[in-house]
Amino acid sequence: MHGSPTTRAERRQARRRQAQRSIAISATSTVVVLGAVALAIVLSPGWQTVRQTFFSWHYFKNVLPSLPGAFWLDARMFLIVEAVVLATGLAIALVRTIRAPVLFPLRLVAAVFVDVMRGVPLLILLYLIGFGVPALGFSFLPTDETVLGGAALAMCYSAYVSEVFRAGIESVHPSQPAAALALGLTRTQALRHVVVPQAVRRVVPPLLNDFISLTKDVALVSILGPQEIARVAQINGDLNFTYTPFVAAAMIYLVLTLPLIRIVDGQQRRALRRQNAAVML
Amino acid sequence: MSVPPVLALTAVTKFYGERQVLGGIDLLVREGEAVALIGASGSGKSTLLRCIDLLEEIDDGDIYLDGVAITDPGTDPVPIRRRLGLVFQAYNLFPHKSVLENVVLGAIRAQGVPRAQALESAHELLARFGLGGRERDYPDRLSGGQQQRVAIVRALITRPRALLLDEVTSALDPELVGEVLGIIRELKGDGMTMLIATHEMGFAREFADEVCFLDDGRIVERGAPEQIFSEPEHPSTRRFLARLLAGARA
Repeated sequence: MHGSPTTRAERRQARRRQAQRSIAISATSTVVVLGAVALAIVLSPGWQTVRQTFFSWHYFKNVLPSLPGAFWLDARMFLIVEAVVLATGLAIALVRTIRAPVLFPLRLVAAVFVDVMRGVPLLILLYLIGFGVPALGFSFLPTDETVLGGAALAMCYSAYVSEVFRAGIESVHPSQPAAALALGLTRTQALRHVVVPQAVRRVVPPLLNDFISLTKDVALVSILGPQEIARVAQINGDLNFTYTPFVAAAMIYLVLTLPLIRIVDGQQRRALRRQNAAVML
Repeated sequence: MSVPPVLALTAVTKFYGERQVLGGIDLLVREGEAVALIGASGSGKSTLLRCIDLLEEIDDGDIYLDGVAITDPGTDPVPIRRRLGLVFQAYNLFPHKSVLENVVLGAIRAQGVPRAQALESAHELLARFGLGGRERDYPDRLSGGQQQRVAIVRALITRPRALLLDEVTSALDPELVGEVLGIIRELKGDGMTMLIATHEMGFAREFADEVCFLDDGRIVERGAPEQIFSEPEHPSTRRFLARLLAGARA
């Protein structure tokens, strides 16, 4: 042992110096990198054109008032489709989990549905449903493009969400249903009271992720004609030979999606903490 | 003819694939008796208990509950399980339910007891086993010993004909073993019929009416505790007990 012992105050001071140094380094490197990127864009050969077509203040002001109303259609579609997707996704996951022989045909249909929906590009699915269903000519089927577009979205997302639910159900340790059966519960009761509640809690973060995707994919329904925000921006841009309305629409989207993304990240961090705290289970 | 034993096993045999894990087990557990199953890990103790509770199917032999065969092919396992209680080594409490909800789930859903009545008996049992005031807590807030006591109460509330205990103290810290063994002692005093797989030899010796030593899926020796622990006849029983004794000294 050499020299005098380090005091608590000295240690704290050293830690603070180190923290200040880290902050200084990260601030400097951020400014340098972002500055270089901005400079590269501004000095690019096409910058003048890009600025006029994408960032025109005039067209921005011109299109902005018409966007929130159009966005309201996206928001409504998102809310309705999300509710349908949650219910259908869980139903498909349950059908595929329950091993009762009576359900075999249903299980087969569910498996094929999920595979096909996950294998077909959403854009093509939208065309098939949006133009194919009205062509059938049945009077009991809807012909409204918004409804058909929403149906296509719901089909695609139900398939993905059912896989998320199924992964959650399978992640519950077999000792849990065993304990429920030992109490004298039936398989269905064990699923309902023990397995599914735990599965749903576990998959909340990945589910929220899928719903962020859905908020944006709602805009794809525009290809069928409904006057939602992407459609309105496109029409306005075509009339004025400008892409600025798309930038404005993107900004309105970000106002909704950025808080959502923050919430999801927070949820995921909390879920991870909970899982680490409950290693015993 | 007197009353049939609560549990009777004849030539119970079980395979995992090609490997025989239970090789013809004969066993009787009479009303109010406590039978201890001892033996090394992998000797078949847990499998035997799981087979009796019909969580696993046996491949040959018969199991009788109160004189009625419960292992005939096609028997609905659910009403049988409702008459037996099984407590697991790792507690297996439901982490998303409070202590109280863990305890009443079986009573309400499996036995059809009205909720108010189930809650009342849950409070009573929890208080009796030193868990009063913990009703609203979630399992992860409890010590291992407390969790295992909740698991025992959860099995007891359905008033089982027999309690099957699967190494219920093996996952516990040594200082918590006593509180769980205390409960089992109390239940024995109440006249509960029990079949207990255990590593606690001192405990088995103290309270078991019969001790069965399992080796490789067979009961190679059985008898009163004094006899098994003091004068084991079978060489593998002697080896097992000697190993345990050496382990306890180490």
